[in-house]
Amino acid sequence: MSGPPGTVEDLRLLVEDVTFPQAREWKEGGGKVVGSFPVYAPMELVHAAGMLPVHLFGAGGGVEIEGADSRIQSFVCSITRSTLELGLRGNLRPFDGFVFTNICDVARNLSGVWTRNFRDRMVEYLHLPQNVGSGAAADYMTRELRRLLDSLERMSGRTVSEDDLRHSVAVFEENRALMRELHRIRAESPWIVPAHEAYLLLRAGGLMPKEEHTALLRKTLADVRSRPSRPMDRVRILLIGSFCEQPPIALLRAMEDAGCYVVDDDLALGLRYIERPVAADGDPLRALAEAFLGGAATSSVCHTVRPKTEWLLERAEALRVDGVLFCTAKFCEPALYDYVPYKEVLDRAEIPSLHVEFEEKMTAFDQAKTQVETFVESVLFEEA
Amino acid sequence: MAATTQAVPTDLGKTLQRDMLAKYYGALETANEDGVPVAYLFIPGNIVELTRNFGFLPVYPEINALQCGIKKVAGENIIRAEDLGYSSDVCGYVKNDIGLMLKDRQSPFGRIPKPDLLVCNYSGCNTFIKWFEGLAHFYGSEFFLLDVPYIRGRAVTESDVTYVVAQLKELIDVCERRTGVTFSEAKLRETLEYSRQAEDLWVEILNLAQERPSPFDSYFEAVFYMAPINILRGTPETVEYYRQVLREMRARVDEGHGPVPEEKFRVVIEGPPPWPHFRAFWELFKRWGAVAVASTYSKVGGLYDQGVRHDPSRPLESIAEYTMNSYTNWNLPMRADLLRKYVETYDADALVIHSVKSCRSFSVGQADFREEFVNELGIPTLMVESDLADPRYFQEAQLRNRIDAFFESLQQRRLTGATA
Repeated sequence: MSGPPGTVEDLRLLVEDVTFPQAREWKEGGGKVVGSFPVYAPMELVHAAGMLPVHLFGAGGGVEIEGADSRIQSFVCSITRSTLELGLRGNLRPFDGFVFTNICDVARNLSGVWTRNFRDRMVEYLHLPQNVGSGAAADYMTRELRRLLDSLERMSGRTVSEDDLRHSVAVFEENRALMRELHRIRAESPWIVPAHEAYLLLRAGGLMPKEEHTALLRKTLADVRSRPSRPMDRVRILLIGSFCEQPPIALLRAMEDAGCYVVDDDLALGLRYIERPVAADGDPLRALAEAFLGGAATSSVCHTVRPKTEWLLERAEALRVDGVLFCTAKFCEPALYDYVPYKEVLDRAEIPSLHVEFEEKMTAFDQAKTQVETFVESVLFEEA
Repeated sequence: MAATTQAVPTDLGKTLQRDMLAKYYGALETANEDGVPVAYLFIPGNIVELTRNFGFLPVYPEINALQCGIKKVAGENIIRAEDLGYSSDVCGYVKNDIGLMLKDRQSPFGRIPKPDLLVCNYSGCNTFIKWFEGLAHFYGSEFFLLDVPYIRGRAVTESDVTYVVAQLKELIDVCERRTGVTFSEAKLRETLEYSRQAEDLWVEILNLAQERPSPFDSYFEAVFYMAPINILRGTPETVEYYRQVLREMRARVDEGHGPVPEEKFRVVIEGPPPWPHFRAFWELFKRWGAVAVASTYSKVGGLYDQGVRHDPSRPLESIAEYTMNSYTNWNLPMRADLLRKYVETYDADALVIHSVKSCRSFSVGQADFREEFVNELGIPTLMVESDLADPRYFQEAQLRNRIDAFFESLQQRRLTGATA
């Protein structure tokens, strides 16, 4: 590759490129590539098997849906249709395998569509425990991870040692720690790290080798600290609901331009799917399982013992947000179900919220921007 | 079975079922007031044999939703839930249930009690989790998530069974704590024996659809006859019910009697029915002399015809295996194979897919295997769309046109095939 992306514009071009240049380059170098469908794929294992892990996020409006139209009904979310379209069009030719997990009915069935349509690739469907409080969940998840690793070993033709695994987990842990640091800075001083930049940096990490991304994060972190800081009169917003399908980048920018500092979000959550440190000793698969069960990043597609409404209120309070933006993909059932109890507890706590729905193929953002502007004004008015 | 059976009353099964369900709903009506513990369960992979052990009365929100559909009140329930904030794009069953809750759980078939325990046996449907998470929020009831792994590969694995059995033991602890009743394995074995017997009889009934003419419609009637095995399994009454239905169906075979005056087409139907327009939808097939000889919706409560059984000699293990073998917990390649097998075994002329927006669990993937049926296997396949719960999605004229065109072409094909 011609060096790391230097500007926000470089990052945008990279993220929007549905021809997967890094994956192709890796492949041309003789390596293998494994893609994952959101949200919670343990890509550490792919790394440990010496392959390039790539996080797939649909096409972001980058392809016309043609072939996928006859295979997936119109009442299904864009990411499912466009990811399949990428596959049918040959954009995913560099990929040797795919990993799906039990996030929703659509993603689960898509794994079956994949098995049927891409018979020459590895397709693994991972059942991540939803009964996270069960005493049997860690054992079960360890066995599931082992099963995936067996499959990856067969594909790569190489045996993965415990040390390989430990090393890969450490590489991902370091990357996540830097990402958390960037997000912490953003939450504190959102004027020096705009939300769309943090987002593009995060997304880039799902496309390039992890080590390169870590270097990019280090460089960015060094840079942002020296940026001139000029806070503007904007409201602090928590954005939730975009853990799987991603809103258009232009929509994020429109929200910011409408007067929001998005101080935290669940965008591309799979790239930071574990929030708790992974134990460095013992069986690394079990350590990963335990970290996931006790510390998976919260979203509508992973059950938690504690009601998520409590998590939302705590998050809103800790971040001192002025409001919450529900930014959900059209037809995303899990996010749409959670919206109702979430809205209810926010109303009770007198935290303003707004629901904005998006689709990949969306091209006009004026209406959304006006909607958010009105919301921002009402929040500012309430506070005045 | 001798053909000289005594005259079987017409619609024996229907009459018996009406009485059984009336008794069931009657008990529900006063459960909260009588202090009888109530467990909410889902149909696919339900563990009612286990909750019976502790005296829980089962409530199945899906059954309430389909009953509301048939009784034509689903539409208003759904709108009430949408007024609360539920999207027009989410499952109509869930919204029907929320709508019922908002109406103080008053249904046309009596008042539904509040849950003391929500057992989310999540088999083949992730929406179940969101559904009961919502109910836990609104009712504040205890929530137990029975995590049922989806089948990866071609069969349930030992690892899956171990995991589910361990959770069933944890559920037993929860039930003991909530009811003060001690778990009895002997009682569970007895309950499972009733389940097994009913399952054997039900499979015998389903297999009779291989006869020509088929004595009953294995979609439009089977989804009715399956109610007791889904709701009231593990009781002697349910065993007796299926014994009587089998008797009735055998009598129909002996008389050469079927659901239409003349069986002209035999079809396999995939997908849930449009409950709010059930009769109207059936009529669209009846007028062509089309009879469903096998269906997948009649297997949502368990693929008994594929060998799945509750087994008193392996109580928890067989419950665990059962939970993973509901139709929608089978992956798409397995589902496609099963459909092909049904077409062959039941000597069907065609496959009909009813795609419903509400249930992505059923519908996502149907259009994909339709391609294979039509293009690779040469099985005439019709795919039509509406919904299982939301009456607004049923476009009768459009459905009629599609269905008429399909059977016309089948008829045409038969004529040209005959002269060729």
